[in-house]
Amino acid sequence: MPGKLKAKIVAGRHLPVMDRASDLTDAFVEVKFGNTTFKTDVYPKSLNPQWNSEWFKFEVDDEDLQDEPLQITVLDHDTYSANDAIGKVYIDIDPLLSSEAATVISGWFPIYDTIHGIRGEINVLVKVDLFNDLNRFRQSSCGVKFFCTTSIPRCYRAVMVHGFVEELVVNEDPEYQWIDRIRTPRASNEARQRLISLMSGELQRKIGLKVLEMGGNAVVGYLQCFDLEGESGLVVRAIGTACTLDKISNTYAPASAINPCNSSPSKDTKDSPQAVPSALGCRSTHSSPVHSASSRLSQGFSVSVPTLLFAGMGSGGSAGKEAGPLKALLRQQTQSALEQREFPFFTLTSFPAGFLLHVGGVVSARSVKLLDRIHNPDEPETRDAWWEEIRQEIKSHAKALGCHAVVGYSESTSICEEVCILSASGTAAVLSSRFMQDGALDMDHRFEDLAPPGCGFCHIPYDELNMPFPAQLTYCHCCRRFKVPDVLFTTIDLPTEANVTGKGCLIQARLCRTKKKAQGEGNATAISNLLPFLEYELHTQLMNKLKLRSMNALFGLRIQISIGENMLLGLASATGVYLTPLPSPGGIQIAGKTPSDITYEQHISNMQKKINDTIAKNKELYEVNPPELVEEVIGSPIPEPRQRSRLFRSHSESSDEVSELDLSHGKKDAFVLEIDDTDAVEDIHSLLTDAPTPPGFYSCNTEIMPGIYNWTSALQMFTSVRVFRLSNVNLTNQGLNKVFNDLCENLLKSLYFKLRSMVPCCLCHLNFTVAVPEDELIQVAVTAVAMSFDKEQTLENGRQSCDKTLMKAITENEEQLQFPLELTAESSSNPLSSAKGLSEVSGALPSARAPSVDYSSFTDRCSSWIEQLRLKAHTIRRGSIKTMSSLEKASPLPEGRSRSLRSNRSYAGGSVAVVKMTPLSFIPGTKIIKYLGIINMFFIRETTSLREEGGVSGFLHSFIAEVFAMVRAHVAALGGNAVVSYSMKECVFMENPNKNQAQCLINVSGDAVIFVRESELEATPPQPQSASTQTSSSGEGT
Amino acid sequence: MTMELDVFVGNTTIIDEEVYQLWLDGFSVADAVKMRLENGALGECEVSGEVLHSDTMDQYRTFQMCERLLHCPSKLANQLLFQIPAHHQAMLIERYYEFDHMFAREVLGKKLSKGTKKDLDDISSKTGIALKSCRRQFDNFKRVFKVVEELKGPLAENVQHHFLLSDLLAKDYAAVVFFANSRFETGKKKLQYLSFQDFAFCACQLISYWTVGAVDNMMDDMDVDLEKEFLHDLKDLKVLVNDKDMLDQHKSLVCSQLRGRIRVFTEMEANFKNLSRALINIASKLTNTKDVRDLFIDLVEKFIEPCRSDKWTAGDLTLFLTHYTSTASTLETFRYQVIWERYMGVVKSCILKMYHD
Repeated sequence: MPGKLKAKIVAGRHLPVMDRASDLTDAFVEVKFGNTTFKTDVYPKSLNPQWNSEWFKFEVDDEDLQDEPLQITVLDHDTYSANDAIGKVYIDIDPLLSSEAATVISGWFPIYDTIHGIRGEINVLVKVDLFNDLNRFRQSSCGVKFFCTTSIPRCYRAVMVHGFVEELVVNEDPEYQWIDRIRTPRASNEARQRLISLMSGELQRKIGLKVLEMGGNAVVGYLQCFDLEGESGLVVRAIGTACTLDKISNTYAPASAINPCNSSPSKDTKDSPQAVPSALGCRSTHSSPVHSASSRLSQGFSVSVPTLLFAGMGSGGSAGKEAGPLKALLRQQTQSALEQREFPFFTLTSFPAGFLLHVGGVVSARSVKLLDRIHNPDEPETRDAWWEEIRQEIKSHAKALGCHAVVGYSESTSICEEVCILSASGTAAVLSSRFMQDGALDMDHRFEDLAPPGCGFCHIPYDELNMPFPAQLTYCHCCRRFKVPDVLFTTIDLPTEANVTGKGCLIQARLCRTKKKAQGEGNATAISNLLPFLEYELHTQLMNKLKLRSMNALFGLRIQISIGENMLLGLASATGVYLTPLPSPGGIQIAGKTPSDITYEQHISNMQKKINDTIAKNKELYEVNPPELVEEVIGSPIPEPRQRSRLFRSHSESSDEVSELDLSHGKKDAFVLEIDDTDAVEDIHSLLTDAPTPPGFYSCNTEIMPGIYNWTSALQMFTSVRVFRLSNVNLTNQGLNKVFNDLCENLLKSLYFKLRSMVPCCLCHLNFTVAVPEDELIQVAVTAVAMSFDKEQTLENGRQSCDKTLMKAITENEEQLQFPLELTAESSSNPLSSAKGLSEVSGALPSARAPSVDYSSFTDRCSSWIEQLRLKAHTIRRGSIKTMSSLEKASPLPEGRSRSLRSNRSYAGGSVAVVKMTPLSFIPGTKIIKYLGIINMFFIRETTSLREEGGVSGFLHSFIAEVFAMVRAHVAALGGNAVVSYSMKECVFMENPNKNQAQCLINVSGDAVIFVRESELEATPPQPQSASTQTSSSGEGT
Repeated sequence: MTMELDVFVGNTTIIDEEVYQLWLDGFSVADAVKMRLENGALGECEVSGEVLHSDTMDQYRTFQMCERLLHCPSKLANQLLFQIPAHHQAMLIERYYEFDHMFAREVLGKKLSKGTKKDLDDISSKTGIALKSCRRQFDNFKRVFKVVEELKGPLAENVQHHFLLSDLLAKDYAAVVFFANSRFETGKKKLQYLSFQDFAFCACQLISYWTVGAVDNMMDDMDVDLEKEFLHDLKDLKVLVNDKDMLDQHKSLVCSQLRGRIRVFTEMEANFKNLSRALINIASKLTNTKDVRDLFIDLVEKFIEPCRSDKWTAGDLTLFLTHYTSTASTLETFRYQVIWERYMGVVKSCILKMYHD
């Protein structure tokens, strides 16, 4: 009996009218946990009932606390017939089980009904008393913290990164063919919601147990997914990275916070080729990685043998080869650490400083499975085995790339009828043992020094003489000692220390292929035959688009393949950048096969011109001006770029024998596009039809956008969903492709238009999800965040940073100004300013700051009279509202809450606290001071009056709005004011317009946090100016 | 090939004020898209009709979903469904409740009933305001009326508290409610020249000086009704015309004050008794509900029209009414100064407001 759960039902408001005669409602509440149910009294004839119940106490095992949600059902009492349910609230207790998360859940929750949506709100108080003798820790894993964030969370420090954890649970789906069933959809949908809530709880508990076994205390990059397999069941699976995290105790002490903060992905400090951030402490004097070897020597840093060996080589020469033994030595060490693990996989996409050493390339594996062949559908074994196979394959791919680990790892499925594609992908990498073993610390330091921070990860991890695929290697353009590939594809975020030229941009490859309708095995075979071609073409498209933008690396690559009855969809999204260490990409050449015809030649030269123009335009747009030293590359001229793939193909299990495609020899040179080839025509077409982003807009699908640092705090998270019906059944591949391409392009255009008021802004974490819900339907869903930045400052920063007195004045002003000012220390290392010859002041630069208006605070000023009115309104209104507000006041607030309330008040958003949401792990200009727990919610909404609710769009629009509202309410009840790493992982929409019915399932997740504005943080401790400046410059990204 | 579904939902609800206005004005999505394209308000952004259509649809849907909340504006602040910044909330409410004066003029004084609602088609075609918009405005009137009708305390403030409107708009609503409650006649042909603003001004005067609340706003009674006692007392003013001495004395006092100061002195002198009788008669009849309703038509027919036909200027009228009021108080035998001034104060400002072409 290790826990006591206590719940109190305070009041309700805005309830629906349940009794037509009186236009009122006689509401009461059932509170259920496990098998125990309590009821409140009926509060007669009111739409704003005040139950003010006693504390309902549940004495339960902590195992149940983890598995079960608290179920609150609001009902309308009916003397003569059955009581009508008004709606439900599910509250996940998990955040209360960790001492570091929330202490109480208290607030207004929307009352949700699967048919009617939100029907009023209920005020609930929930607490948990955990008894301390948790020595039997076997079944429960209370206290293990979960984070969706795929980096080390802000206010924590990674002590150790243990590695991959995964778990999978299966259950029968209470309803899978909802429309034609006898049972009411509402009953089965409610059963489904409850079941999934239970399953997620169980899954989390089991993963927690694994983490405890490994000796960790947290899961980072927790990714939970649902597979609605239909008849064979409902699968909930999750992967994550087990870590031991240490809370950084004093968030106000900048000194202790510096290092972990550096490792965070949002830290926008970017190393220009000339400057290394001084926040790294001792190495701040190294002005350029080019000289790092010699300066390191002269300063006598950790003069252990390998370092000397390495440093003695100097730059140039045959360093690449001679570094071999050392590399091997180091690799051995980490390898041994990793080999103890079954799967050296990490779901993290950005890493503590010094953790990621080298990146090999993308590894992926897919397999096609038949769901009706599962022998024991109710048991997880079969699925476990499937995933095991795929993971093994990934592991071997990574090995082939000379890597012992896979980072940025993720898994996904696509199901159509009985066929299921399982996919896994990640980035093969070499990691430092620093966070993996206690004893390896000495080695680390040497290792860390070895690889120049800005380019080290680009250096090839594989053996040059024994390459896994033919690749064109050159010496790194930064350090000139190691070999780098000519193109680099990864699934991770851009490392904060990476040397980048210019800005990045979203690159998408889109493909749609028809497929014959088939059943069972035949279908599976057809699909597995198509898959390699699909991937190959996606890859070619990506490569071409990358070249067109004059870039040489992709980050955050995510390839999604979705199957439908008669087509396959492929969508690859990534953020293209120009990595300074990598060679400049060559252009794209078009060649005709039959050069006899003159008009034909003209046509080709026209195209060539267009392409060249586009490349030139893009170079300007993304500010890709690589330093000219490219020319003097050691000895050899720039090698002719050749295409090759780092994508590893899957063996398609169910098909008999699909020979692996030899991509490297398929085409001799991908950048000579032969026009006779229909594929090439298509490629060129799609290359040139990609509309450029409108002025003032940038986009990426990663956490940070290289080249933009001065974010304002204006941000807008959004979800957009489109479903397109192909009425023309006999579409060719090309036709289909165009439709799909236009769909995505138009969606982007719409987004740009909608968000035009935020310009200049960047759409970050732009994540597309495609699906084929029915025969002729294509569904595209996007969730992203638009963040404004200050354009002017990019240019002015350098100047301001030089003028210390000006800077001081600004700092002083800042304290007096009503609205917070943003800090843009990052500007110091901005390529632009260094290009102006300001790099010599780089030592002083990190203290640079410049003002920028916090746009959201405009509301403060605009709200004047309406606020007063509202206050008046509250005081004169008799009855309910008044009482409620006093009740709310009476409810105990958690420690952190008063703080968050304070910051909310300034927003003046009426009585509802503002909750920000973002798919990123940070909010610009703020500091996350507390993680309150994971938000993982699953909702189903259904309707039998589709037309009346405004058709499918009206239905989905209100549903998504409702989901947002429920997420915000839960976060606010935990005492938080934001959700970070938010994602909509599932949005399954089904309709039956003939029956006027529709149904939708949405699964969302994220981390509830409390943030404070950096400006507020600084105002609190009266510190000397220099010290506070340091905090800000080395703190979180703005 | 069609777009089956197309939605965009932001964590902070995006509101385009221009589209909101188009929606309020009752334009269909197609018309709104056309207007937006024509307005060219989109600046340099190159946008296709498709993008605009999608955006307009989204916005319209959002507004439709918000409409339910706008019916009870205080709900907008503590609802959870939409996260709307405070300044946008204020804008949404204010614009939703704003009305066309042309429309209000048509409905003014009419019973806010289903019957009137049926006439909205005519009003729509007469004023050129879209039927949808007329309906919204009418429903707003009705809603405000229903809520405020039974409340104690000052009318405009009540409107403001419950509907979170600006001062100005709340006052206009007070006028609409006041007219609807007392059902003043405003539709007669002779009154057609009067604008909504004229009537709103008069309503404001009546509310401020002739209702119970005007005397003591803590009283049980409400702002919407004229004070019965006062109306009854107005009968006493008859003495001013019935008592021949008093009438003559009054006339001579006024004449002595105005001689040489107004251009229409002779006409005034000749007409004094008629004018005075007209005003006093109006006052004495106000105990009848029917005559209260006819207050404005009576003022026009019995007083304003004769003056107008004699070509009085507004300045003449001001001087006359000022002295007509003040001299009566100096009459020795006249004992009803308080009632008199309360009556004439309002009548004077109303007449002056209404005295135009």
